[in-house]
Amino acid sequence: MNSIILLSVLGLGNLFLGFRRSNRLLLPVAMLILGLVLTVNFIDWNQGPQSFFHGMLVVDNFSVAFTGIVVLTALVLVPFSQKYVLDGEANLAEYYSLLLFSLVGAIMLVSYNHLIMLFLGIEILSVAMYVLAGSDKRNLRSNEAALKYFLMGSFFTGFLLFGMALVYGATGTLELEDIRFAVQNPVNESLTPMLYIGMLLMLIGIAFKVSAAPFHFWTPDVYEGTPTFFTAFMSTVVKTAGFAAFLKLLVQAFPAASAQGIWLPTLTAMCVLTLLIGNVGAVTQTSIKRMLAYSSVSHAGYLLIALVAFNGELEGASANGILFYSLAYSVATVAAFGVVKLVADARQREDYNGLNGLAKTNPLLAFSLLVSMLSLAGIPLTGGFFGKFFIFSAAVEKGYIGLVVFAVVMSMVSIYYYLRPIIAMYMREPDATTEEAVPVTKFQAGALLLLALLTVLLGVVPGLVAGVL
Amino acid sequence: MLTVLLLLWPVAAALLLHFFKGRAARVPALGAALVEFALAAYAALTFNANHSGQFSYNLNWIPSAGIQFAVGMDGLSLLLVLLTAVLVPVILLSAFRRNFENESVFYALVLFMQTGLIGVFTAQDAFLFYFMWEVALIPIYFLAGVWGGVNRARVTFKFFLYTIIGSLFMLAGFVYLYFQTGPSADGLSAHNSALTSFYALNLPAETQMWVFWLIFAAFAVKMPIFPFHTWQPDTYTEAPAPATMLLSGIMLKMGIYGCMRWLLPVVPMGVDYWQNLVLILAIIGIIYGAIIAIRQQDVKRLIAYSSLSHVGLMIAGVFSLTQMGLQGASIQMLAHGVNVVGMFFIADAIERRTGTRNIADLGGLTRKAPVLTVCFLVLLLGTVALPLTNGFVGEFLLLAGVYQYNAWMGAVAGVTIILGAVYLLRMFQRVMLGPDSSFTESFTDLTGAELALLVPLIVLVFWIGLFPNTFLHLSEGSVLNILNEVVKR
Repeated sequence: MNSIILLSVLGLGNLFLGFRRSNRLLLPVAMLILGLVLTVNFIDWNQGPQSFFHGMLVVDNFSVAFTGIVVLTALVLVPFSQKYVLDGEANLAEYYSLLLFSLVGAIMLVSYNHLIMLFLGIEILSVAMYVLAGSDKRNLRSNEAALKYFLMGSFFTGFLLFGMALVYGATGTLELEDIRFAVQNPVNESLTPMLYIGMLLMLIGIAFKVSAAPFHFWTPDVYEGTPTFFTAFMSTVVKTAGFAAFLKLLVQAFPAASAQGIWLPTLTAMCVLTLLIGNVGAVTQTSIKRMLAYSSVSHAGYLLIALVAFNGELEGASANGILFYSLAYSVATVAAFGVVKLVADARQREDYNGLNGLAKTNPLLAFSLLVSMLSLAGIPLTGGFFGKFFIFSAAVEKGYIGLVVFAVVMSMVSIYYYLRPIIAMYMREPDATTEEAVPVTKFQAGALLLLALLTVLLGVVPGLVAGVL
Repeated sequence: MLTVLLLLWPVAAALLLHFFKGRAARVPALGAALVEFALAAYAALTFNANHSGQFSYNLNWIPSAGIQFAVGMDGLSLLLVLLTAVLVPVILLSAFRRNFENESVFYALVLFMQTGLIGVFTAQDAFLFYFMWEVALIPIYFLAGVWGGVNRARVTFKFFLYTIIGSLFMLAGFVYLYFQTGPSADGLSAHNSALTSFYALNLPAETQMWVFWLIFAAFAVKMPIFPFHTWQPDTYTEAPAPATMLLSGIMLKMGIYGCMRWLLPVVPMGVDYWQNLVLILAIIGIIYGAIIAIRQQDVKRLIAYSSLSHVGLMIAGVFSLTQMGLQGASIQMLAHGVNVVGMFFIADAIERRTGTRNIADLGGLTRKAPVLTVCFLVLLLGTVALPLTNGFVGEFLLLAGVYQYNAWMGAVAGVTIILGAVYLLRMFQRVMLGPDSSFTESFTDLTGAELALLVPLIVLVFWIGLFPNTFLHLSEGSVLNILNEVVKR
């Protein structure tokens, strides 16, 4: 709760920096705000559940942990906004404030206890993202991305809202606990179909936000058109918050066996499809950004496995798996997009060959991308390995051996496309267009080092985060 | 605690190497490897051959999952740790002969890999073993991929995919076994992955039959056993000489060690069921490797195929499930490591001087380089398994073991010695004897530094050949333990 208040107030305060045209201050101030929020957030750790607004928001360890991930992601991401600062763009402060406000939405998503809060959270997060997707105003692709994301997003928010309405009609409540009770003890059997249709519509609405197949088709285009900085935000913060919200909904509202009988097969099918489309789609890409877009789809697939290995509570193997995986994935993805952005800004290209010989010109960038690719591929020594390990073992424990075998085969496929940037950076010589070193600021170098260190730390001492919930 | 030191020192040294640039990194890198050797030697001197599992260290690595950072050494582990500690300084020294770009990174990766190798040989927890298995893979991928020959990107990519897919199968097998175990000692987790709990599993025979292949996949690729060997000759040829030495001298032993420690005692009934098939594959590998080696024109490829052939015999010995076979494999791992590293070094020395590895282009080196000839001959005869050399002890025990299992298989496997003599002596004759060629006109003999590098290897050739008991004595207890676990069920 403290973090929501802090972010809203300081986000507004941040806007005033814009009036004073203090563009140089924006980045340090934003980092300061995020650092402060990150610290304050952990005051609530192990304080037991506290509810706010008549039980509409509940702050517990689950929400504190996921808030920690999204705020940390934003904190290490902001240094990469540097280019905008150098551009002397007029309304810079707005972008930073939008970013902070969208985090408020993400935090609501991980701590809601009432469907209205879920809806508000998704909207606060999304509306900010619609604007930010189009923030490169003079770029047609950015405009296209914003429009596409907005139209599709509104459409699927419609699904979500319609689903909530049906659930409300069937149960007479929007409170998660009450919905669970109503699902387990239906008053009127004839309303059951309405309830489950409502539930499925809500699932579709959230599945769109986390880009799970078959609701993923917007992802590659939007990711490609959106300025890379905000793409990174979209594929980490939105996904992490989305999955936390997903898990909360299933655990707190629909854990009943009868409801599971419907959503479990649906999610399993979505999971298989997402893994297939994400991984196979990424293989054929020539642009790294598009590859990362498909890779982000595939990671939604791995996270769906954790949902399928559902154990009916916000702790234990499933929730811990999502927590660890989201953290490892966010850290690696921010680094990947960060490097891709810096290289693309300097060299005006986003294909694999643009990375040729990067190990020679910018050893730090190359190393950082190397660690992040290995982590996304799930190679040991990186956090990504333990992320997959925890999720897969949670699923094996529940008996989903076939699903895990399929996921393992898919991660073998993923090694192919994650190795391509590594080969380009380390095993190819720089050509005429890639001879010059890419400029990197101190903040960016620091953030990249921190991310690489964090990835390795998660890969060597996973006990730090594993099993905290 | 000593084991932990053995594990941490190389990686710490690798990190410190970043403070040195280029050639300045050579001395510290070698120094670090020698310190590691001293540590390993100290471990060997204080080792008590009558006890198993010494220098143990346990740390709760992932308490919520019952995964321990458990390391320790028995005789078998110690032998391989010693092998690693002896070969790494030699390999580093051999790297000094060439000028690499980013030398400090190269040496750092070699040291980093040493941690992974020692970790594999000392891990007492399944997931730690898997972890270390991959820790050893990542540096060698870059050593071969960044500093290798023209086709390096393609070849190392194939190598990486093969090995990582193999090891993912192993991981799947471990995860399955993990869920069959009981709660961890501290009760925090419902399962644990300790080596001893895996040994204590009593799985039905049908389960063991398929779990066997999951685990064996990783080892089969790494050793490699026919038909999983197709990555090997290309990778050995394209990789820079030090990386080839690491691959053939030490990394290959990970597979054989893995079979002995993590396969035979864990799924004994599965092993029993597939024993015959694996032996047949191993023997096909022996003959196949040898026949292809006879036809090779490239010195490095020839040694690569000869290595395939020799490894086949070690696999056959391990899967004969006899004490002689396993003891033979233990000592042959040392002998092969020493010989193959020496052979690759000499091949590299010749290539550096003449610029070619093609046998047809070489000849008449004996007259120009008598010292090199002697060294080459000793290592070659060791590989051919002449009595009094290290190869003889190992191959004799291995063949005796295979013979005990099945006389016919023993007879066919015995061909390896004859064929080995054929292709190796043929190579020696073409390269060292005969008329000079345009490539060998200005050939110079070994330098002092090169000789200093070969001397320890040659000492080991004779030491293992004349006093094999020094080493057999160490591994005997472990081999008996493994066989006990196998026959217990």
